[in-house]
Amino acid sequence: MAAPMSIVEEIRTRVILQEFGVKNVHTTDYPGNYPGYDDAWNMADFKKNFRIDIVDMDENTMEFDMVGIDASIANAFRRILLAEVPTMAVEKVFIYNNTSIVQDEILAHRLGLVPIKADPRLFEYRNEGEDDEEGSEIDTIKLQLKVKCSRNPRATKDSADPRELYLNHMVYSKDMKWLRPGQELDIVMHCVKGIGQDHAKFSPVATASYRLLPEISLLETVEGEKNTQLPWTLD
Amino acid sequence: MAGDCEKKPVLEMMQADGGDEGCVTYVLHNEDHTLGNSLRYLVMKDVDVEFCGYSITHPSESKINFRIQTRGGIPATEPLRTGLTQLNHVCQHVLNTFQARVDEFKGNQDQSME
Repeated sequence: MAAPMSIVEEIRTRVILQEFGVKNVHTTDYPGNYPGYDDAWNMADFKKNFRIDIVDMDENTMEFDMVGIDASIANAFRRILLAEVPTMAVEKVFIYNNTSIVQDEILAHRLGLVPIKADPRLFEYRNEGEDDEEGSEIDTIKLQLKVKCSRNPRATKDSADPRELYLNHMVYSKDMKWLRPGQELDIVMHCVKGIGQDHAKFSPVATASYRLLPEISLLETVEGEKNTQLPWTLD
Repeated sequence: MAGDCEKKPVLEMMQADGGDEGCVTYVLHNEDHTLGNSLRYLVMKDVDVEFCGYSITHPSESKINFRIQTRGGIPATEPLRTGLTQLNHVCQHVLNTFQARVDEFKGNQDQSME
């Protein structure tokens, strides 16, 4: 059980979730608000109190705690992750032949959303409004997609599984069945560097979020039967 | 931050009061809550600042009005400059700490796998 803290401490440091609303959402510890407290920004104190604890990290996700930083700066980091970290993505699609059932513009849109595994730090931004369709090697990646679907001559007579029936029927985005025999795709794509503010395809994260560290305090001891109803352990 | 302002100014100053240098509204182009809220927090932490706030003029335009009012006749550019450099230092410190912790975490992971 947490020791009860003074009301001032609670207002200064805790956001409280009540039944019909949330209390103390905004930071109030600015100089002059509380008599007796020195709330001016102190870089040395910040460096002393600030720490990062990594909870979990694997190839695609990461979770970490930041202690001693204000929500406004943490939120700024979150916004930057979503909108202002550059990546490479397909921008111009030159379609030379498309006889599939997917329309050109739909195909181009979906190609734009495919993540491109290229380090954007090695590339420059491409200048807008320049007439050259070429682009140089310092700012553009050229990709080519050439797929033709044909009948598989080795399939058994009664098989209904498209994987067996046709060769190349799945275009390499792993989960799209786009082609049937006789259909063909012949596409050249230019990838450029951009940021999420421009178009969401340039956002490097699936999502980035933050939340305040929850503090749960039990107001009275839980005994006997009720103890087993607690689904989690309290660290 | 990745603003492409070749001829447009990044920052303008609109003075509401003729004589008082301490109450100034700045217009920051190509900015939004990302810079506005974090800068507001750091400027408010300055002892000389009496009031600091920002607003987005219209969601279709990417510019913010950033207002600072100081006490004691101090020109408003000082807390703004201080706030910006402090924000810079904070971000640098966070980056260094983060990088160190990630390297440490990866090192521990490799060790436990051997």
